[in-house]
Amino acid sequence: MASKHIKDHRKEKELFLNRTIISILVGLLLISVVLIRLYQLQVVENEFFVEKAHGNRINIRATLPPRGIIYDRNGRILAENKTAFQLELIPEQVKDIDDSLMRLSNLGLIDNESINSIKTEIRKSQQFKPVTIRTSLTDSDIAEFAVNMPNFSGINLQPRLIRSYPYSEATSHVVGYLGAISKNDLIKLNRSSYDPNEKIGKTGSELFNEDHLHGVPGFNQFIANARGREIPIKTDSIFLEKKLPEPGSNIYLTVDLELQRLATELLGGRKGAVVAIDPNNGEILSLVSSPTFNPNIFSNTLTTDQFNELQSNEDQPLFNRAVLGTYSPGSTIKPILGLAALEIGATNLTRRHVCKGYYSLPGNSHRYRDWLHTGHGSINLHAAISQSCDVYFYEISNEIGIDRMHQYLDAFGLGQKTNIELTGERIGLIPSTKWKQNMFRREEDKIWYPGETVIASIGQGYMLATPLQLANATAALATRGKRFQAKLILATENPINKEKKYKNSTQLNDIEISNQKYWEEVVSAMHNVMQGNGTAQNAGLDAPYRMAGKSGTVQVISVGQEEEYDETLLEERFLDHALFVAFAPLENPKIAVSVIIENGQSGSRVAAPIARAIMDKYLGY
Amino acid sequence: MIAKSKEINLTNDQNIKSFKFDGFLFITISLTCLMGVFILYSASNESTDVLIRQVYRIIIAFVAMIIVAQIPTEILRKLSPWSYLGGILLLSLVLWLGESGQGAQRWLNIGIRFQPSEIMKLGVPMMVAWYLHEKRLPPNLRELIFILIIIAIPSFLIAKQPDLGTSILVMAAGLLVLFLSGISFRYILSLGLLAIPSSFLLWEFMKDYQRQRVLTLLNPDSDPLGAGYNIIQSKIAMGSGGIFGKGWKNGSQVQLEFLPEKNTDFIFAVIGEEFGLLGVLTILFLYLIIIGRGLVIATQASDLYGRLLAGSLSLTFFFYVFVNTAMVVGLMPIVGIPLPLVSYGGTSMVTLMVGFGMLMSINSNRKLVAKK
Repeated sequence: MASKHIKDHRKEKELFLNRTIISILVGLLLISVVLIRLYQLQVVENEFFVEKAHGNRINIRATLPPRGIIYDRNGRILAENKTAFQLELIPEQVKDIDDSLMRLSNLGLIDNESINSIKTEIRKSQQFKPVTIRTSLTDSDIAEFAVNMPNFSGINLQPRLIRSYPYSEATSHVVGYLGAISKNDLIKLNRSSYDPNEKIGKTGSELFNEDHLHGVPGFNQFIANARGREIPIKTDSIFLEKKLPEPGSNIYLTVDLELQRLATELLGGRKGAVVAIDPNNGEILSLVSSPTFNPNIFSNTLTTDQFNELQSNEDQPLFNRAVLGTYSPGSTIKPILGLAALEIGATNLTRRHVCKGYYSLPGNSHRYRDWLHTGHGSINLHAAISQSCDVYFYEISNEIGIDRMHQYLDAFGLGQKTNIELTGERIGLIPSTKWKQNMFRREEDKIWYPGETVIASIGQGYMLATPLQLANATAALATRGKRFQAKLILATENPINKEKKYKNSTQLNDIEISNQKYWEEVVSAMHNVMQGNGTAQNAGLDAPYRMAGKSGTVQVISVGQEEEYDETLLEERFLDHALFVAFAPLENPKIAVSVIIENGQSGSRVAAPIARAIMDKYLGY
Repeated sequence: MIAKSKEINLTNDQNIKSFKFDGFLFITISLTCLMGVFILYSASNESTDVLIRQVYRIIIAFVAMIIVAQIPTEILRKLSPWSYLGGILLLSLVLWLGESGQGAQRWLNIGIRFQPSEIMKLGVPMMVAWYLHEKRLPPNLRELIFILIIIAIPSFLIAKQPDLGTSILVMAAGLLVLFLSGISFRYILSLGLLAIPSSFLLWEFMKDYQRQRVLTLLNPDSDPLGAGYNIIQSKIAMGSGGIFGKGWKNGSQVQLEFLPEKNTDFIFAVIGEEFGLLGVLTILFLYLIIIGRGLVIATQASDLYGRLLAGSLSLTFFFYVFVNTAMVVGLMPIVGIPLPLVSYGGTSMVTLMVGFGMLMSINSNRKLVAKK
């Protein structure tokens, strides 16, 4: 028993030693696998992983370029960047967020109503990222906060650039305003150039010139941990790249601030528009839509309520009537149609027609009325333009024909884009037989009727034009057929070396009229409108220079055959629109103007004085 | 009879006279712990709180080691079945009324909160060694099956908590005793073949997150921000450390918190990033000489029980080191096994040191026998 036990003991020990050696060999084998792997990772692929670790911790933050400044033609600032202060809250540094917000609200620094939305924002944000809780502090707000600052740890006053419009209302539509980037904007924008919290041009020149004004953002590299928190650099061994932003280009508009202010003042909040243009190069001297708004509120704290109020306002202050509003041009097109009638022989310089106050087509009893119910009597084209006789144009309307009307109105740029540097310009409408053919589905609707030609001859019916188009067409009358593309951008300026690049004017095809006398006949009739026995002679009184113009008063609703138009019985919004186009001086024109006052009732009485005042101002009288 | 009583007397005398202690083990373990504390301080972003708690645990663990070192191997052996049975009882209690933490029931609160599964890391090899102690080696089939049952019960109970990492460790500790006992390679081969169908069975037992870990290992890039994130980041940390490392407290992966679980399971990657290949080799060298010393003690042990237990404890320690490092370098799935003596955490540190205490006890026992 004992001997066997001893023998086993030795054998067991040998066996154990045996197994231990096997274990050691297996262990060494396993540990070599780990060592090979370590060699592979730390020696062979070291560079690769160094790069990976570098990529892990280096984050990039965009540094935004200052937005380009917008000037008027004389270098007065229309849009600039100003420093405003805002309150930012860093969640992890504030002990009791609810309490802090409550106390800020008690100091009047934040709205009680905005507290909940601020809290939601804080909840969504990372703990170390500042949340903006109030923008555009006033000087007294800043003072108030500065005094109480020690009680608000984790809430900081931060400077930020905001857009400022020093002449706010006077330039709101032509300059435009900025707003937050929307989902639709994201489709169009080059995303890499924008920070999600940035504001971009929403309307006007701010929108059209976004690419120039914005500039190219730079970047700063910084070290961040796995959650994106910035970590101060411990050693100098890390090289952090940096690229400075390229500031946006400055832009000079062709508009004259003084004319903008005057036109805004003259419109006085009534619905309407004024466009002034230099006929010699197409430069827009003034472009005003009324009522207007203060674009600065978009840079500050515009609440949804405020925005909705602006949007739902019946007078549509955000709507740029000068390029987006389309109106029946009314009698303002008579000079053009007169020119067309002369050119094609539908009338001549002496032919007279008798105006009894109404006109009927042959074989038809329907009466097309003249605005002067007693009639103008026997009248020639010159007088028909200056007195705005409708019947004369009714008489020659079907001799000209709708398609030739279309041809000449088209030559003056009506019914087509002016290609002004603004987004969304409307093209208006100059009807033709072809247009009607394509426009309607029912066969009987596709036919063009002679009666439609009759009302087209006084610029009513289907015909529509924007105030800008009317000013543009008037400019072509002023130059006796020389046309330029409407131009709103005078120059762009490199913000660093102040080098200006002027934009060339684009001359368009001349309007070909065989006889120069026809031009002079029409211009002379327009001159008579203002400085003779014409409709707007009161507006032309006592002028030290010679001018030309044409009034238009267009119906908003049609008046029945036997009804009398009684302005005292109509609601204001159904009153006639008042239009006026003009240019001056007569021989070497420098300015062409169009004025529209919605429901202004009389072109010569209401719109003409505004055109006169604009011309006076621009010509220095 | 006389001889035996004399031996016991001698042991008692020795107990009183000499303090049982292994200087070599003590110094290497202390060095490893010291290095670990430095690394942990950096890994925890210089948290003194973490540091103090870890040092406190190390002190407790050292005290436990020294106390256990004083217990004669004889008594350890006699305690073996009781510690095993007690462990089984506590594990059952955990499943029945344990406290859960992080989705698993591992904790038992009896005055102090502890994990009974830790007991089994020692209880299972002790039990197997105790069982084989009286047997003729190598074990026969009947004994083999009995041992497999001894191992399977606690492994199953722990896996059910679920704590796959500890379950694997407990299983490994038991199987290593079996291997060292000289079990025939025929049996080992058969067990290996048996492992294939049982791995399918294991797959069925796994929780979704455990399966995900296995799948992620096979292709970490398939889910770079999800389950693969840990492995990718730990490889970046290791790889970017290079040969010399980025320097203490200078590892960007660690300091900027890209490396997950950097205080615990992935602390090896912290060494790799901040101390480079040289640091990694140093700590591996320390581990290997600790294991080597353990194996020397095992081969010199005076009895079978001591030999098997010491061998198993040393190889289990190796198993720890291997599984953790292989996991961190992306060679094995993430199984939640900490880096021994270095990772932040209390219970496993104490268990490890109690194990080293047993090694010391076994070593002292040999000296006694030799003197006799």
